[in-house]
Amino acid sequence: MFAYFVRRLLAAIPVMLVVALAVFLLLRLAPGDPAAIIAGDTASAAQIESIRVALGLDQPLHTQFYLWISRLLQGDFGTSLISQTSVMGMITQRLEPTISLALAAIVFTVLIAVPLGVIAAWRQGSFIDNLVMSVSVVGFSVPVFVIGYLLIQVFAIELRWLPVQGYRHLADGFGEFASRLVLPALTLSSVYIALIARMTRASMLEVLKEDYIRTARAKGLGERLVLFRHALRNAGVPILTVIGTGFALMVSGVVVTESVFNIPGLGRLIVDAVLARDYPVIQALILLTAGLYVIINLLIDLSYALTDPRIRY
Amino acid sequence: MSTSKTALRPFALKHLSALMLASGLSVALNAQADTTVHAVMHSALRALDPVSSSATIARNHGYMIYDTLIGIDANLEPQPQMADWAISEDGLTYTFTLREGLTWHDGTPVTPADCIASLKRWATFDAGGALLMTYTESLSAIDEHSFALTLTEPLGDVIGLMAKPSAMATFMMPEEVASVAPGEPLPNQIGSGPFRFVADAFQPGVQAVYERFDGYVPRSEPASGTAGSKEVFVDRVEWIHMPDMQTTVNAINSGDIDYIERTPFDLLPLLDANPDITTGVLDPLGMLTMARMNFLNSPFDDPRIRRAALLAIGQEDVMAALVGDPRYYQTCASVYGCNVPLATEVGGESLIQGGDPEAARALLEEAGYAQTPIVLLQPSDVATLTPQPLVVAQALRQAGFNVELRQMDWQTLVSQRSNQSPASEGGWSMIFTNFGVDSIWNPSVNPLLISTGTDQSWFGWPTDPEMEQLRTDYALAQTDDARRAMAEAIQQRAMEQATFIPLGQFQNVIAWRNELSDVVEGPIPVFWGMHKAD
Repeated sequence: MFAYFVRRLLAAIPVMLVVALAVFLLLRLAPGDPAAIIAGDTASAAQIESIRVALGLDQPLHTQFYLWISRLLQGDFGTSLISQTSVMGMITQRLEPTISLALAAIVFTVLIAVPLGVIAAWRQGSFIDNLVMSVSVVGFSVPVFVIGYLLIQVFAIELRWLPVQGYRHLADGFGEFASRLVLPALTLSSVYIALIARMTRASMLEVLKEDYIRTARAKGLGERLVLFRHALRNAGVPILTVIGTGFALMVSGVVVTESVFNIPGLGRLIVDAVLARDYPVIQALILLTAGLYVIINLLIDLSYALTDPRIRY
Repeated sequence: MSTSKTALRPFALKHLSALMLASGLSVALNAQADTTVHAVMHSALRALDPVSSSATIARNHGYMIYDTLIGIDANLEPQPQMADWAISEDGLTYTFTLREGLTWHDGTPVTPADCIASLKRWATFDAGGALLMTYTESLSAIDEHSFALTLTEPLGDVIGLMAKPSAMATFMMPEEVASVAPGEPLPNQIGSGPFRFVADAFQPGVQAVYERFDGYVPRSEPASGTAGSKEVFVDRVEWIHMPDMQTTVNAINSGDIDYIERTPFDLLPLLDANPDITTGVLDPLGMLTMARMNFLNSPFDDPRIRRAALLAIGQEDVMAALVGDPRYYQTCASVYGCNVPLATEVGGESLIQGGDPEAARALLEEAGYAQTPIVLLQPSDVATLTPQPLVVAQALRQAGFNVELRQMDWQTLVSQRSNQSPASEGGWSMIFTNFGVDSIWNPSVNPLLISTGTDQSWFGWPTDPEMEQLRTDYALAQTDDARRAMAEAIQQRAMEQATFIPLGQFQNVIAWRNELSDVVEGPIPVFWGMHKAD
C-alpha cells in the first residue's frame, strides 16, 4: 500500500505543474487590472501605470511566470498585490474556519444522512421511505442561502438559541466556537444530507438483494447487525466517494454559506481575490485546492480497502 | 444631522460625559471603559496606504491612525488640527506651527521634517497636491516646531487644498514612511492619530482593529468633522466586513454589531422598526452620481453629441431608480455637488427639469450623428451603480442614440475603462461612477474637471485648454467673490462641453445601536468623540 501511496503522490507532480501553468495563463488572459483596483477611483492613467510598474505587472509574461514559479519551488507563495501581506499568512488565517465548517457539516451529514438512507432502503416503499426521499428533493432544490436565512430567522432571531453570524476560534473557547458553527454547518450540510441519503439508499437497495444478506438473516442475525455490519459496509464504497468529494468541495469553496453567516473562510478569500484580480492569492488557492483534491482522492481510494476486504493495493 | 427618529441619542449619557469632561474626570472615564465598537464599514479594508490609494475605505482608515495638519469642520470650514498657520502679507509664505505634544505611536515626536516628507508624498498622488507643488518654491523647516511653504505666486486656496477630507487626504506620516517610493508597501502603520492600528489582528478583507492611542493629545475645541477634539472614549474599534447586507442587518438587530456605515435603502425599514437602533445621515453632502463620456472616440469626440446626451437625461428618473426614497436624494446639476459654497447649476437646467429629448434630437441632427453605436458599461455587482446605465440607456434611446449596454463585474469594468480604443474595438463610450461631494466640491480638487487629455485627466480623457485656463484662474483667484465667479464659469463650460453629466446627489444612511452616543457629524465616518454605554 505504501508503494501505491508514493506512486500516486509522484503522479500528482505533473498534474500540479499543469495546473500552475494553466491558472497563471488564464489569469493573465482574463480582463482585469490589479493596479487599477489598488489605485482607486480618482487615479489617473499615469498613476495606475506607476503602480503597475511597482508591482512588476509590466514585465513580460514569461518573466512573471519564472519569478513566481521559482519562489513557489522554495515554498514562497508570494505577497498579495492588494494588501501587501503574505499569501501563506492570509490562507492560514482562513484555514481554521473553513476546515471547522467542513468537518462539522460532514459530521452532521454522516450522522443524519446515512441512517436515513439505510432506514429508507430497509423500509422501501413505506411512508418513511417516501418522507426521506421527499425531504431529499427539498434539500436539493432549495438554494443554500434560503435555508441559511430560514435557520437564522428561526433559531437566531425568533428563538435566540444561537448567534446570528460570525466565527470564533476554537482557542477562544469551545462553547462560542461550537454555537457559531451549528447553523452554518446545518445549512451547508442540507444539500449533502439529501445527496448522501439518496446515495446510501440506492447502494443499500443493491446490497440488500444479495445472497449473503439472505444468508445473514437465515443465520438469525438481528436486523441492526444485518443492516449496519453486513449491508452498509458493502454499500460503503460509493458513499465514501461522495463524502470525500463533498468534503473537498466544502473546503475549496462554500462562498454562499460563508457570506450568509459571515465566516471568514477560504471561499470568501478566493472570491475576494478573483474580484480584486489578486493574482498571487488566486494562484496559491487554486494550487492548494488542486493538491487537496489529489490527497482526498487518494485517501478515498485507500479507505476502500478498509470497508471492502476484496480491495487490495 | 437629520435622522429618521425623534429620539436621537441618549442625552443623559451625553450630558453626564460633558459634566465629567468639565470636571477633569475624562481620564477616569477612559480608564474605566472597556468598550469595543463593532462597525461594519461600506467595504473591506485591504490596501493600507491612504495616500497612494483613493479608495474611500483606505481614506477612512487613514483618519483612524493618522492626523492632518488642518481639519475641516462640519460647516466645511478649515480649522487648525496638528498645526496653526500664518500667511505672509504678500500671500507667498505659509508658516505652519505644530502644536505641543504631538507624538507618533512609537512615542517619538512629530517633526517638521516628517510633515514636509508627507506633503511631498501626498503631492505625488493627489491632483490638488500636484497643483500646489507646481506653484511651490520651497518647503523647509524653520525650527523644531515649524516649517514654511513658499510659493512662486499667490495661490487662492492653499489651506482648503490641504484640509480637504476627500480621498488622498494630507495625512502626516513619519519621515521614513513618507519616503517610501510610490507603489511600494508602507513599512509600518505608525501614525500620530487618535487610534493605533493593531497589525496582528488585521485580516485583509475580514477585519481591521484599532485601539485608542493613549499618547494622543486632543485639541480643546469640540469634535466637528475632521476638526476639533479627537478624544477617544472607547478602547477599541473593530471594523468587520460582512459581504451580505441582510446578515449585517440581522447582526445589528441582534446586537452583534453596533454600527453600519452605509445601510442599503431597501433594508432601512427593517432597522427603522427597531427602537434600539437609530438611523440617520451624518454627512449631509453625500455623493454625486455621474456619467462620463469618452472624449477620444466617435461619436462623443463631438461636443454637440456630448451635449445632446446631456440634454436627453433627466435626473429624477435616475435617482428614483437608484435610491427611491426622496428623503435621501436630490437633483443636482452642479459639477461641485449641491449644498457646498460653490454650488451652481448654470447650464444644467435640463437635467433637473426631466431632460429635453426634443432638443437632444435636434442637436443630434445638426451634428449629423450617423447612428454610431455608443457603448455603456454597466457594473452588475455594485448596487449604487447598477441602475444608472439602465435609466440613461433608455433616455438616450428615446433621444435617437444607438445604445449598446455591456454588463460586467465592477473590477472588470475598472480595468476596461482604461481602454482608450474605440467602442468597436473593446473600448467604451460612457461610464458611470459616484464621487463623495467632499472629493469634488471645488475646481482644484475635482478630478473630473481636469482636461489635459490622456496624461492626467480622469477616464474619458477630455482635452480642453479653455477649461484648464479657467481652473488655473480659479487656483490663482484671491477673493471668495473671484473664486465664485471662476467656479461659475467652469460650471458653464463643463455643461457646454458635457465634461461630465451630474445625475443627482444622494446621502448614505448610517445606522447605530442606541448604546452608542455622540456620533460625530461630518463627511468622514469617525470613531472619536463617540461613547458606548455598557
